[in-house]
Amino acid sequence: MSAPVFRNPVVRWIDYRLPVFTFLNHELNEYPTPRNLSYWWNFGSLAGIMLVTMIVTGIVLAMHYTPHTDYAFESVERIMRDVNYGWLIRYLHMNGASMFFIITFIHMFRGLYYGSYKAPRELLWILGVVILLIMMATAFMGYVLPWGQMSFWGATVITNLFSAIPFVGENVVSWLWGGFAVDNPTLNRFYSLHYLLPFVLVGVVVLHLIALHRFGSNNPLGIDTKGPQDTLPFHPYYTAKDMFGLGVFLIFYALVVFFAPNLFGEPDNYTPANPLATPAHIVPEWYFLPFYAILRAVPNKLGGVVLMFAAIFVLFILPWLDRSPVRSARFRPIYKIFFWILVVDCVVLGVVGANPPEGTWVVIGRIATIWYFLHFIVLLPLLSRLERPRPLPVSISQPVLSGGGYAPAPARAMDKA
Amino acid sequence: MVHGAEAVRGQAGGHGHGEGGGSRRDFLILATTAVGAVGAASVLWPFIDQMNPSADVLALSTVEVDLSPIAVGQAITVKWRGKPVFIRHRTEEEIQAARSVQLGELRDPEADEARAQRPEWLITVGVCTHLGCIPLGQKATDPKGDYGGWFCPCHGSHYDTSGRIRRGPAPQNLVVPDYVYASDTVVRIGEVGPAGGAAA
Repeated sequence: MSAPVFRNPVVRWIDYRLPVFTFLNHELNEYPTPRNLSYWWNFGSLAGIMLVTMIVTGIVLAMHYTPHTDYAFESVERIMRDVNYGWLIRYLHMNGASMFFIITFIHMFRGLYYGSYKAPRELLWILGVVILLIMMATAFMGYVLPWGQMSFWGATVITNLFSAIPFVGENVVSWLWGGFAVDNPTLNRFYSLHYLLPFVLVGVVVLHLIALHRFGSNNPLGIDTKGPQDTLPFHPYYTAKDMFGLGVFLIFYALVVFFAPNLFGEPDNYTPANPLATPAHIVPEWYFLPFYAILRAVPNKLGGVVLMFAAIFVLFILPWLDRSPVRSARFRPIYKIFFWILVVDCVVLGVVGANPPEGTWVVIGRIATIWYFLHFIVLLPLLSRLERPRPLPVSISQPVLSGGGYAPAPARAMDKA
Repeated sequence: MVHGAEAVRGQAGGHGHGEGGGSRRDFLILATTAVGAVGAASVLWPFIDQMNPSADVLALSTVEVDLSPIAVGQAITVKWRGKPVFIRHRTEEEIQAARSVQLGELRDPEADEARAQRPEWLITVGVCTHLGCIPLGQKATDPKGDYGGWFCPCHGSHYDTSGRIRRGPAPQNLVVPDYVYASDTVVRIGEVGPAGGAAA
């Protein structure tokens, strides 16, 4: 790509010394993108927009929040009642976390379906899993800050996970707490880290984008682009497509914020934290439910904790578990079936996590947990050997343009009105 | 798929071509940008307004003071909206000094009668109108400046017994807050009286 010539002399002067405009033009304007991306490819940019939304609303909330066990709950209520538009900004932030996870989960299942984790995008995928882990830590600590009953007992249960570590578990937990129970020191450090981690997230997202732009986006066919006839410049084609998707998403986001702001929340969290009484039925936020179900599926403290973390860590080695050279499930008839079973399995795990660990829920939880690991550790390696994929198209443009393809630049004028 | 490719091709070729097509695109871009700008502004406003005083801060905007323990010649300082308010129980000489001044001599001409609802009680915001320091003159041992009122140590502004600026860099008199007498001995600072203001 040759350096662009900018018309504005100020831009030219700056760009000669500090080539930010060349960089932006290269990565956002002419950046060649597969021409066949579907709306499933909107969720990456949506996740980025949600990260920015969370940081902006979070900085505003930090202006009004008091990180102290005696004042935290009331300062949040003050935000809701007294601060100008505080209710709006808090509901944007609170539901923004749920939106961020919905988008990220769809983004990840998109990657699973179209094999976006396969060579040469293994590091891109691994960075994505790192992003998920940091997101989970940030969301967990953010949920503690309002200092309601669920905040307190969620913090107690999750930090107690670390007590399962042999020998040093108790020491690790009291180190996390800064005391003998979740208390003011815990709240203070969680607040500090909750403010810090989103900026770490920005850093990892930048790495994620650098890795993405190295080989460009995967696409629904899962085959490499073979030249300009297979790609479109990012702007205006995908900026417009992303903007349209953003509009649709914002309608959904606004519906939740304005009409059902506590849809994803737990009523118990509007009761101030009481270290002397646990609520009857405590559940984590919905985005942790599948992992929570895996934790409870094992009738052994250490085993449950290990398996729960393994459920995420198995994603790190996914590129080496699925050895099939074909990326897209479109050409993998058997994988496609197992993909959808996995989606159902994760939903089932979520439902199990939301229900009390009694009766049939325990059995269902165990079967779903076994299936989750079976899928990644046994079925995927097996499928890569046994499955017979359907023939791949020669190129992205070939099935569309039987005439052998054309580049978008010398296109005909539109003659239809 | 074929249909989609057609649309893309049409778009790519649409630039700069076709009479009417160009102006329709201009209209769409303009309309979209306008709607987007209105949307962005309406999103921006809550994020700006959240820094304005909140409802609980505004609710603290009046304070009641019992004047009965304050002896003649004594002054007290109360906190109102985070700022000091000077309440001075003026002596007869101080009232005389304040009322005998020719208004033409003053930098910020204002009659003492307009600054004190009852002559014996002078109530002003104790913040120098120069750059916001708190003038001295409340305690018996404080320097009161050359005009027997207040003296600001930061940059040397002198205020008289009516809290009016007489010398130094301050541009205006000490501000008289809204207040009403709830009874003979209780004053409520921050409340606008039925007459609307501090007129005597």
